[in-house]
Amino acid sequence: MSILIDKNTRLIVQGITGRDGGFHTAKMKAYGTNVVGGTSPGKGGENVEGIPVFNTVRDAVKETEANTSVIFVPAPFAKDAMMEAADAGVKLIICITEGVPTLDVVEAYHYIKQKGADLIGPNCPGLISPAKSTVGIMPTMIFKQGSTGVISRSGTLTYEVVYNLTSKGLGQSTAVGVGGDPIVGLYYQELLEMFQNDPETDSIALIGEIGGDAEERAAEYIKKHVTKPVAVFIAGQQAPPGKQMGHAGAIISSGSGTAAEKIAAFEAVGVPVAKEPSQIPDLLKSRL
Amino acid sequence: MKIHEYQARELLASYGLPVDKAYICRNVEDAVRAYQELDAPLVVVKAQVHTGGRGKAGGVKLAKDEIELRQHVANILWMDIKGFIVDRVLIGKAVNIASEYYVSYVIDRKSKSTILMLSREGGMEIEEVARNTPEKIHKIVIDPLIGVPDYLAREAAFKLFDDIKLVREAATIFQKLYKLFVDTDASLAEINPLVLTDEGQIKVVDAKMTFDDNALYRHPKIAALFEPTEEEKKEQNAKSKGFSYVHLGGEIGCMVNGAGLAMATMDMIKLYGGEPANFLDIGGSSNPTKVIEAMKLLLSDKNVKVVLINIFGGITRCDDVAKGLLEAFSQIRTDIPIVIRLTGTNEKEGRALLKGTKFHVAETMGEAGKIAVGLAN
Repeated sequence: MSILIDKNTRLIVQGITGRDGGFHTAKMKAYGTNVVGGTSPGKGGENVEGIPVFNTVRDAVKETEANTSVIFVPAPFAKDAMMEAADAGVKLIICITEGVPTLDVVEAYHYIKQKGADLIGPNCPGLISPAKSTVGIMPTMIFKQGSTGVISRSGTLTYEVVYNLTSKGLGQSTAVGVGGDPIVGLYYQELLEMFQNDPETDSIALIGEIGGDAEERAAEYIKKHVTKPVAVFIAGQQAPPGKQMGHAGAIISSGSGTAAEKIAAFEAVGVPVAKEPSQIPDLLKSRL
Repeated sequence: MKIHEYQARELLASYGLPVDKAYICRNVEDAVRAYQELDAPLVVVKAQVHTGGRGKAGGVKLAKDEIELRQHVANILWMDIKGFIVDRVLIGKAVNIASEYYVSYVIDRKSKSTILMLSREGGMEIEEVARNTPEKIHKIVIDPLIGVPDYLAREAAFKLFDDIKLVREAATIFQKLYKLFVDTDASLAEINPLVLTDEGQIKVVDAKMTFDDNALYRHPKIAALFEPTEEEKKEQNAKSKGFSYVHLGGEIGCMVNGAGLAMATMDMIKLYGGEPANFLDIGGSSNPTKVIEAMKLLLSDKNVKVVLINIFGGITRCDDVAKGLLEAFSQIRTDIPIVIRLTGTNEKEGRALLKGTKFHVAETMGEAGKIAVGLAN
């Protein structure tokens, strides 16, 4: 097993005719992801990489029985795209787009929840269940099938950690980039629960960063509900207060959301925190 | 993005909130004219700067006559409050405060919603209230698909007022403030304090708003209020080239692809005893043009003694990244030592290409940090 995506994933790409949409569609298909269709209003009937393009998500779902959608549309249209997917019955919606207005995400998130679907992102690299399926923009060649679940707020830092895991023999069950915005869909708690319940996952790497208090809440959750070994890295110990560090959500505001608070929260519940990302594999191995 | 108090007051007033007329003045003579126009027994002079703690810094004073007014305005103008120079003051009628309240809408990460925050402890810093007496803060989660219906606004108003007349008045204020919050894509709309005057009126005495940078494209009028500091100008200039840049002040300049990795690189430098000069995320890819632009930015910081480049090669393989770096540096003239750390796909091939060049090549992040710190000392 794995979580969220696997061989049963039937994916559509919203914004398939755009530059990024087209580029990553080819990559996902080449990896073996079952990309069944794409959408681009006004371009229905065309095809990209041999994949049929539809005018609406509703048409795409009707024709292809898609259950997952990945969104590559520009930020001003992302809210609409997320809501369109949920309204058409897609159950897992992954929004890659960066720079989506926060209130758009708030609205789309609540709409998606009402429709009984899940959102990942926005401003995220997507997710991968190695050897089964990839959705998004992750560099697939660094991943290896295995039993470590990965949850991260970052892109390249996730790859750094995964690269270390893979080279030390720890493959991954699923790796999820939850996104760097203040408001995004699935987060630590939901994903920790999924990994805890996934028989194929035996350990979890969690990569957090400054901003908000989700890491503190994750530490509480781990203490109560997670029996599998978890190792953590927190980025941004040197970040000055009040400054956004690249990600819209990576900001220390009114003195809270610091790396020190987050590290202390994990250490208080016995979860080891790596000083360097490269220590994560050994921290997990020593507990397996 | 931040705006000044007087700009926030204008926005609130335009949405029908009870804000008294005030004047914005850039010199003493303007202030005297405003004073005469106001024709009030007591006026307040408030520094307009993009930071809190104005009162404590002496940037807010009451004046009971023209002489006092002249003194206060002369003192407050050009005052330095936490590095911000005061170039304008607000002059308004002082109100007779019976009680003070706190009201704000803010984005809440936990509920992934806008929340309405209320407290009877108005006029103080809300962070302080939250620390010392969290039970005195009420939080109401707003469903974005519904907004603030009458019953919810009333329920909220009962947290602050007991008199039904005041409750109705406050409820309307909460609804109007929410509309303003949503219409302008704010990330904070705060009234602190909202006051009840001796005469029984509810009034906005101080207001603060900040806005979502991601949404400014659809609010040109608000975007036009942006007054960047020198540092923010540099950050904005970097942003226009597709970079995220934050100046930190140390000696080791960093160039990294990806925000998380860029933060981790700063942390690594500190871990090995150095001081990072900056945070710089050049984005997912790393083509030669980007590297050249990023180097220009780093070298414009005269404190930088060493540059550490940390690139994860994913879809763009490390050997291609290395070729790009060699091409970029064939066009850059600098004597500053450069440490390069490449990781990811084809990293060995990438490192091999850099061997025998002037670059210091590192394998791990820790090694790169150590080399950079050694060179900086």
